[in-house]
Amino acid sequence: MDATLSGAQTVKGLAAAKPTGRISDPLFVGLLWASGIFVLLLLGLIIAMLFEGGLPALREFGISFLWSTTWNPVTERFGAGVMVFGTLFSAVIAVIVALPLSFGIAFFLTEIAPGPLRRPIGVAIQLLAAIPSIIYGMWGFFIVVPLIAAYVQPPLIEWLGPIPLIGALFQGPPLGAGMLTAGLILALMILPFITAMFVEVLESVPPMIKESAYGVGATTYEVYRNVSVPYGRSAMVGAVMLGLGRALGETMAVTFVIGNATRMSASLFAPGATIASTIANEFPEASIGSLKLQALLQLGFILFVISFIVLALSRMLVRSKLKG
Amino acid sequence: MKFTHILGAAALSLSTMLSTGAFAADITGAGASFPAPVYQAWAAAYKAKTGTGLNYQSIGSGGGQNQIVNRTVDFGASDAPMKDDKLEAANLLQFPTVIGSVVAIVNIDGVESLTLDGTTIADIYQGKITKWNDPKIAALNKGVTLPDSMIVPVYRSDSSGTSFVFTSYLADSSAGWKSDVGAATSVQWPAGAGAKGNEGVAGTVKNTKGAIGYVEFIYAAANKLAAADLVNKAGKVVKPSVPAFMEAAAAADWKNAKNFAASMINTAGEGAWPITSATYILLPKNPTSAAQSAEVIKFFDWAYSAEGDAVAEKLHYIALPDAVVAEIKKAWASEVKADGKAVWTN
Repeated sequence: MDATLSGAQTVKGLAAAKPTGRISDPLFVGLLWASGIFVLLLLGLIIAMLFEGGLPALREFGISFLWSTTWNPVTERFGAGVMVFGTLFSAVIAVIVALPLSFGIAFFLTEIAPGPLRRPIGVAIQLLAAIPSIIYGMWGFFIVVPLIAAYVQPPLIEWLGPIPLIGALFQGPPLGAGMLTAGLILALMILPFITAMFVEVLESVPPMIKESAYGVGATTYEVYRNVSVPYGRSAMVGAVMLGLGRALGETMAVTFVIGNATRMSASLFAPGATIASTIANEFPEASIGSLKLQALLQLGFILFVISFIVLALSRMLVRSKLKG
Repeated sequence: MKFTHILGAAALSLSTMLSTGAFAADITGAGASFPAPVYQAWAAAYKAKTGTGLNYQSIGSGGGQNQIVNRTVDFGASDAPMKDDKLEAANLLQFPTVIGSVVAIVNIDGVESLTLDGTTIADIYQGKITKWNDPKIAALNKGVTLPDSMIVPVYRSDSSGTSFVFTSYLADSSAGWKSDVGAATSVQWPAGAGAKGNEGVAGTVKNTKGAIGYVEFIYAAANKLAAADLVNKAGKVVKPSVPAFMEAAAAADWKNAKNFAASMINTAGEGAWPITSATYILLPKNPTSAAQSAEVIKFFDWAYSAEGDAVAEKLHYIALPDAVVAEIKKAWASEVKADGKAVWTN
């Protein structure tokens, strides 16, 4: 009886304890509501603007706009195929490169690194995330592109180019700029985000489980492989998806190093284009009401949808882990 | 009582401040990035002289056209001339300010100077000529040892007036380019790689062995980049130089050009540089504010003076021929009207 009474009292007490300000409190609550609704409204309006602005292009070219590989501003024939492919291709390269590195750094930080080293490396990774993307772009353009053109591409083109099937990935002149370079720069840019989440996941592994594994004689690698990673797998996949989402929308750095060609090519070395880089390149000269501007807006909408899907997947995976 | 006095005095001083502000109202313009350096240099010199400032936003020709059609600025600026029907629909007067030109830069091991012509460059950018020792290039460069290396064409990835001038030249020189690619601020490039801005193209050419690119002459001159010689319409080999650009400007058919959109591509002059073009200002013929419009015209009237020309020349831009300037002044006086009255008289 005591318990139920005190429970009811708590509820009553809470209501009674609320401040009695006549104007200030409703005003404050109203502001909170407004802030919350503002975000929803803003997002909704941006989506609506992109879709509405791009609708004429979709009407003009039909649903084949999504995969058509033509992008010809002279004849005003536009298609998103090359850019969608380039966006996904460069982002996937980025994840493939960043993933093992992130695993290594995260596990090193949580398990191996001696105390004094932990902080400097952690801070260095955070600083990587703080570098503006234009700096990555300039560094990529002036340092990475010439290095790749001089030392990476010529031998790979010569050795791997003639091999059937795989060879298709290593074709073309050694430009330096291209899909691979864009993917590498993107990998560095998403590395801090993936690593930070991996560290968090690995730190959440209960020490008792790990200690038991060490106790029965497991090596560091075995603990990593059979305890830590399985424990946080879905959250880790979510982290990767989050990195992928960031790579998809990256603009400035990619524009500098991707080579900006609206041609389809399976080669890692071929110049290409992403949705974001194409918008950055073409937007300043697209006049209001032109089909080009509408096609660019539609491209923006497509990028939005792709990012949304990736983000939703990552949220789902991270959340399922947190619940479990 | 005293308080109202103070208030009155404050209001008075405020209104004087506002009115002097209105007197020295700055003019606003937006558009092409190619002439932006000279417009800004003009603006600084003009402000020092008259007190009237110019706020010019270098946002690209397309943006400049959009803004002046919507009348959010006093004038727009565009590298490519606007189409006649669009000018008419938006009730705009179009006139050129300065002349610029585009040059080709190359990076070939052991080759100091190179001569090219329009069809060859078009074939290179179409991927039809892929090696530097191709017979077509060799024929233009007798006595030069050309390496057996790949040609990497580099173009502007951002849509720009420079690309418009360059592709116009290729389309005028090569029938194949005209039918397959065309001329515009950005096109579907059949070969090569794109880089952002003049600096991107110059940097990529510098970094890539066997690369060829194109940049504005002012950029090449300021950065001391070696440019290829070109064979012009008269069949003469010309070096990119100010006299060659001036000859191209003088040889253009200004008389028959509607809205001053005279082509300076492949003009007939013996020493004319073939890739030359003017950059344009777009001014409303029915200004909402006669005073603002008059200020804009006064600004450009000064820009065409000897003082303005000196500023432009220092930045490697070419001044317009005098005859063209006289025509522009006539157009100002007769075509820009507010309430039926000309806003400016010569």
